Amino acid sequence: MSIEVRNLRKVFGDFVALDDVSLDVPGGELVALLGPSGSGKTTLLRIIAGLEPADRGSIHFHGEDATDQPVRERQVGFVFQHYALFRHMSVFENVAFGLRVRPRRVRPSAAEIRESVMSLLKLVQLDMLADRRPSELSGGQRQRVALARALAVKPKVLLLDEPFGALDAKVRKELRRWLRRLHEEVHVTSVFVTHDQEEALEVSDRVVIMNEGKVEQSGTPEEVYEQPATPFVYGFLGDVNLFHGRINEGRVKIGEGELEAPEWADARDQAGIAYVRTYDVELRRVRSGAFSLEAVVRQVRAFGAVVRLELDLVDGGGTIEAHIPRGRFDGLALGRGQTVYVSPTNVRVFAQ
Amino acid sequence: MTSIALPTTTAPRAVTRATGESRLVRWTLIAMALAFLALTLVLPLALVFAQALSKGLPAYWEAIKEPDALSAAKLTLLIASIAVPLNLAFGVAAAWCITKFDFPGKHVLITLIDLPFAVSPVISGMIFVLLFGAHGWFGPWLLAHDIKIIFAVPGIVLATTFVTAPFVARELIPLMQEQGCEEEEAAIVLGAGGWQTFFRITLPNIKWGLLYGLILCNARAMGEFGAVSVVSGHIRGETNTLPLHVEILYNEYAFAASFAVASVLTLLALVTLALKSLVEWQQRRSSYHPADPEALPERIVA
Amino acid sequence: MPSKTRGVLPGFGLSLGITCTYLSLMVLLPLATVFVRTADLSWSAFWSTVTDPRVVASYRVTFGASFAAALVNTVFGLLVAWVLVRYQFPGRRLVDALVDLPFALPTAVAGISLTTLYASNGWIGGYLDPFGIKISYTWVGITVALIFIGLPFVVRTVQPVLDDLEVEVEEAAASLGAKRWQTFTRVVFPTVAPALLTGFALAFARAIGEYGSVVFISGNMPMKTEIVPLLIITKLEQYDYAGATSVALVMLIASFMLLLAINLLQWAARRRLAA
Repeated sequence: MSIEVRNLRKVFGDFVALDDVSLDVPGGELVALLGPSGSGKTTLLRIIAGLEPADRGSIHFHGEDATDQPVRERQVGFVFQHYALFRHMSVFENVAFGLRVRPRRVRPSAAEIRESVMSLLKLVQLDMLADRRPSELSGGQRQRVALARALAVKPKVLLLDEPFGALDAKVRKELRRWLRRLHEEVHVTSVFVTHDQEEALEVSDRVVIMNEGKVEQSGTPEEVYEQPATPFVYGFLGDVNLFHGRINEGRVKIGEGELEAPEWADARDQAGIAYVRTYDVELRRVRSGAFSLEAVVRQVRAFGAVVRLELDLVDGGGTIEAHIPRGRFDGLALGRGQTVYVSPTNVRVFAQ
Repeated sequence: MTSIALPTTTAPRAVTRATGESRLVRWTLIAMALAFLALTLVLPLALVFAQALSKGLPAYWEAIKEPDALSAAKLTLLIASIAVPLNLAFGVAAAWCITKFDFPGKHVLITLIDLPFAVSPVISGMIFVLLFGAHGWFGPWLLAHDIKIIFAVPGIVLATTFVTAPFVARELIPLMQEQGCEEEEAAIVLGAGGWQTFFRITLPNIKWGLLYGLILCNARAMGEFGAVSVVSGHIRGETNTLPLHVEILYNEYAFAASFAVASVLTLLALVTLALKSLVEWQQRRSSYHPADPEALPERIVA
Repeated sequence: MPSKTRGVLPGFGLSLGITCTYLSLMVLLPLATVFVRTADLSWSAFWSTVTDPRVVASYRVTFGASFAAALVNTVFGLLVAWVLVRYQFPGRRLVDALVDLPFALPTAVAGISLTTLYASNGWIGGYLDPFGIKISYTWVGITVALIFIGLPFVVRTVQPVLDDLEVEVEEAAASLGAKRWQTFTRVVFPTVAPALLTGFALAFARAIGEYGSVVFISGNMPMKTEIVPLLIITKLEQYDYAGATSVALVMLIASFMLLLAINLLQWAARRRLAA
């Protein structure tokens, strides 16, 4: 079941939470809405669920207009950030709730309810705890009850609001993989909100990066990480170095060096910033090529497979970070205070 | 570097916590507080029972069994059985719209709900005399249709309902505010209807707070004196509630009988306090903070 | 904080409708009569009623005794709250429950009990009488009854604030060299002061309207121990509706101003905590 979001706008008072947002979620995919707090990702999720009305725009589920459908009829599964478990009910009753409140003619029999709840609890590995109250569960267990409860009504789409936000780091990692496997098993179209880039990149089929109420980029984890569409995405995903310079007729001048930037052929002496990933930096002991900046090693952290260096640019361009493979580092025989020449291997230039 | 004098470990002594008082200060404060409470609360309480039984147990029974006392008790129960359910329905409706929705004028509404608490009981009674009394707005019309409100049961019901109106709402509003809307939203997403959501999700969550509000509301409804005494007319066997009966007996110098009836009301107050403590205890036990898994009660089983 | 979502949860119209209708019919309309009735009066008639010497004397009794009682309650209420929150002693929970007695006990019962207790032949009054100290049927008696009525307001307002006070704050003060008394006056007291003031205002507000517990012990001597609520009843019994409503209006305005002050106090306290 695919989700198509068209031109959504939502304003709270003077605050524009969503500004003309469009989005396609192909059926069966697991999609992450990623962004800093206040970027509108939770609002978007709540509008898709029908928990919040949009000021403008439309939502379609598999081509069918759901914009004005009340939440009860949308058949969405929603996992709340703090789970919103019914605290006075057992785990079993929580999961059974969605089936029990159905009108009599479409309500499954008690035996059927029991069977489907128990099979769901087995799926989330909580069948042994069916009689516990939510207050007697750990955070990770509560999370799984919330998931089972949402899945019990056989939703067309599953929506999760910061599903791992309230958990500690270790449980988070475990649940992350578990959610991925669960999705492969049940294969329901799922959208989850997160502010954790690692989580989004690791779990999802597709990442939607949001900022200030707008979608900055949408694509597979590889696409958004390797080919960021905007400066914001560059800065938000992964470590990046910024070089301030000036763009002129397809060339960027940064300090002493100069770079080719064919996409800016029409620019005339414009301020620009070059974005370079920390691992897209070549270090040499001698100057070579058209773009080679002199720098002094300030700090070396040499443990693990990747060595991280902090370098002070000599012409006052500030400090940059370079991550190079261990073997390369050993070959260079670098130490604190020594001079190196920095050549970016992969640069993306944005006008300022 | 200067050396810092550390406390010697050779002489063990009672360690006073940095934030505690010395034993002497502690016990002096406790003694003062208890003495004050004994003087203001315990003595008056004890005196009620001592006076009630001063003429012996048979006289005590006589005072309670007496027809006027019994009819006063019946009237008191009747009044409470009307005023309390009315204010229960009002309190739940008010708490629902105030805590589950945002709308302009919400804070004004909350203040208005509290209004009866700010008004003197005497004025609470008086306003109904101004409305329905012989010289009141609706007085002539009521007279023409032979309907009696003031100096009759309906007036007592109205005055009591007015005075006790805020109790349930006041208990529920903070409680439901703290619980938020997430559980109700979850129920709606799962397909539950409005009443289903209320009875299956909201009500179980607020039951202790609701009970608490009902207990306080009932205690006040049965014990109200000022407002009721303005509208009742003190007609023995007809419009006398228990508190009014206490007053009449006292003013007739039938002290033992007066205190005997008063002791029944006092027992009611003590039962109210006991129930209230029980409910508070239940409330503490059943509440947990869903947002914070670490801050759980000790009952977590690994 | 879960956001409020109008449109998803049902019942807004119904619950708001019930609330507003009930409030209008049961509370606002009856209260409006006081204002409307008084508006029938000419200003000079109103003024001469509410400034009549007997009425002014009753203001003095009511407000004076209420103020004194609220003051006593502020001091002892803080003490009781402190002891209940900070110290363990046998019977603590029983004492804690007992503090609410004035809320639960019908005021008439409190009234006759206190009167008997402090009468010249009573358990307490009997000890004071030989020294020429009279409490029942005097201004002091009224204050005693109002102390009884107002105590839980102060205790129950201060208690949660003391409870929430982080031990770390006091430990920080101690680690910075403050003596226990300094910690109390400079750290603890300023934190509970707004709650204490609110408690004072609540106790005062309750006291000025109180009738049941006071009417027995006051003796009801015009010009000396007559409280305003009793004066209103007296005027009503004489069918002097104009007089009763005029005095009631003065009391209502005083009460509403206190209610406003209490709301402002609580609002300010919340803001201070949120900042």
